[in-house]
Amino acid sequence: MEKARPQWSNPLQFVFACISYAVGLGNVWRFPYLCQMYGGGSFLVPYLIMLIVEGMPLLYLELAVGQHMRQGSIGAWRTISPYLSGVGVASVVVSFFLCMYYNIINAWAFWYLFHSFQDPLPWSVCPLNSNRTGYEEECEAASSTQYFWYRKTLNISPSIQESGAVQWEQALCLILAWLTVYLCILRGTASTGKMEQLANPKTWINAATQIFFSLGLGMGSLIAFASYNEPSNNCQKHAIIVSLINSATSIFASIVTFSIYGFKATLNYESCLNKVILLLTNSFDLEDGFLTASNLEQVKGYLASAYPSKYSEVFPLIKNCSLESELDTAVQGTGLAFIVYSEAIKNMEVSQLWSVLYFFMLLMLGIGSMLGNTAAILTPLTDSKVISRHLPKEVLSGLVCLINCAVGMLFTMEAGNYWFDIFNDYTATLSLLLIVLVETIAVCYVYGLRRFESDLKAKTGRTLSWYWKGLWAGVSPLLIVSLFFFYLSDYILMGTLQYQAWDASQGRLVTKDYPPYALAVIGLLVASSTMCIPLMALGAFIMRHLRKGDATPVA
Amino acid sequence: MLWLLFSLVTATHAELCQPGGENAFKVRLSIKTALGEKAYAWDVNEEYLFKAMVAFSMRKIPHRETTEISHVLLCNVTQRVSFWFVVTDSSKNHTLPAAEVQSAIRMNRNRINNVFFLNDQTLEFLKIPTTLAPPLDPSVPIWIIIFGVTFSIVIVAITLLILSGMWQRRRKNKEMSEAVDDDDKCENFTIENGIPCDPLDMKGGRINDAFMTEDERLTPL
Repeated sequence: MEKARPQWSNPLQFVFACISYAVGLGNVWRFPYLCQMYGGGSFLVPYLIMLIVEGMPLLYLELAVGQHMRQGSIGAWRTISPYLSGVGVASVVVSFFLCMYYNIINAWAFWYLFHSFQDPLPWSVCPLNSNRTGYEEECEAASSTQYFWYRKTLNISPSIQESGAVQWEQALCLILAWLTVYLCILRGTASTGKMEQLANPKTWINAATQIFFSLGLGMGSLIAFASYNEPSNNCQKHAIIVSLINSATSIFASIVTFSIYGFKATLNYESCLNKVILLLTNSFDLEDGFLTASNLEQVKGYLASAYPSKYSEVFPLIKNCSLESELDTAVQGTGLAFIVYSEAIKNMEVSQLWSVLYFFMLLMLGIGSMLGNTAAILTPLTDSKVISRHLPKEVLSGLVCLINCAVGMLFTMEAGNYWFDIFNDYTATLSLLLIVLVETIAVCYVYGLRRFESDLKAKTGRTLSWYWKGLWAGVSPLLIVSLFFFYLSDYILMGTLQYQAWDASQGRLVTKDYPPYALAVIGLLVASSTMCIPLMALGAFIMRHLRKGDATPVA
Repeated sequence: MLWLLFSLVTATHAELCQPGGENAFKVRLSIKTALGEKAYAWDVNEEYLFKAMVAFSMRKIPHRETTEISHVLLCNVTQRVSFWFVVTDSSKNHTLPAAEVQSAIRMNRNRINNVFFLNDQTLEFLKIPTTLAPPLDPSVPIWIIIFGVTFSIVIVAITLLILSGMWQRRRKNKEMSEAVDDDDKCENFTIENGIPCDPLDMKGGRINDAFMTEDERLTPL
């Protein structure tokens, strides 16, 4: 007797799960950055066009496949064609890598959340040095928020070669993060995540990429979620809703982030001006309060002419303060979330409250994403009869969490943040593009677009409009192929890959080259997921040949 | 004669107190920054008060209890407001060592600040480092407490969920075994030709294996 497949209690639960997966940290820390770097409001034009042409169709495709095949990614693609089970495996591999490194972000969010219950906030003041005559030099050179991030949270080493020891505080937070994820997945799937990816020079490329990864296509999570739907569910409507809400969240997050940027830029500009004013007042013994922002230029001119020798001594120390240059410095990723935002928060009234709320929000987004990622791994595993016969679901989930937690300890070491950046930048870029491309071609040309259309019509009772068909068969694959070649050529042209390392003495980031073994890890990351597709196809071909060889004597 | 003496005295004084002189300290005040509209003007009387505070601080040092206000010399007062000062000994020929003056000022820094309504940043003694307030260091860091609370809650929730899952499974197994018992009971009750009567009374129903289930619709390789 076959066990009935678990189902969502109502369609709304499914929609919320998809939204929770799609809306994640990338909405908060990647989209606003892209908006700023590529023309502000005008970035919305290519973004919305790509949403309609690429995001919605592919999202609908994945949901339809999952709902129709009623299995996780491996089973679904094996059903379409036995040669394509590699696609499902590749999705699972990518999800596995993602699970490994993504949860460290939640660990950091927990760390900051627990530290938000102090007055003053620990990242708002510099600690004193050993003889209490001043502040720590690293903190003076950088800023208190950067110091708290790089020294107190990460305890970062100067380069990726110096691994250092596992930081027990981060390890504890990581264990807690995994326990929380386990708690949520123990009773069934319900979450979604999003991914933020590498930048690419052109605006349209970035818009296309952002939509693609923002919706979490190709990871198998959407297929997993949809496989728990009733066959007659209207996933077309849901696909549109989910993608629209995801984009709306991105845009809303940009509004908030831009005001934070502006606030921080104004603060920095004013403090820069005050430093210049103090320097001039002290060097020339001017009356206190005489120099203000408005007469600064005038007075500088006067001083240059009246005391030329003294002015030329002081001149190299005077910084040119510009609001534009402050606004131009855009940050994305962990730098935005943990440095820029925390700096803005420390200057607000009742900063403890805002800090708690903000890091709680980051946690919700991050855990939501993690639940989708774990669903992508667990659904194919629980679908497989071999594994689910021997291991109950709780034990399986526990095992997956344990393995990922153990590997994740790598990211709690002193050089952990550098490895995090490697995983973040290279795990899913090329692999996902390839996976989704193969998915689209598989559904349209291997399974047959007409066959799929008639299946959908039989189950849901609605015909597929020419719009979706045209996009699935033509436009979207072309777009993905061009994105794919663009990324490839970008990587090849860039030469040696470099990374940003924190220099404690200078108090800023410096660029360094990756050592050979790090490059090998990068290559392994990309290869292990992309090679699944041809390898499994080859394996299926060989198996078929062997079986034919066995079968012919009998026939 | 008197005039000569006077000029000699002022000349000596001038020599003792010089910008960058031996044992001389520069002081810088930012009254307008600190007090805004309530700022007072820096005049000779304020200077007198300053001299009095320095003399008071010096008196707290052993062997210097007889320091007078006239022993403190100010010079080079600028608009900033900044000036240099030295402390001389009773003969007014030598300046007291910088180390003594420094320790005296450091010990009484708070009182000097309060007299002028200023703080360490707005009343600066260059070359005299300020003693910064040590941070509050509770014996157990606050974050560990909150971590401990969250950790315990999560562990308890996980245990409850696992246990409830096991109980549910045990109950389901018991129900299934009861259904099997009913099966046997029914068969013992009325059997004709090996077929149990009243098959419709059974809850589970029967699966007709000849009818293909959905998952096997597509034949595997």
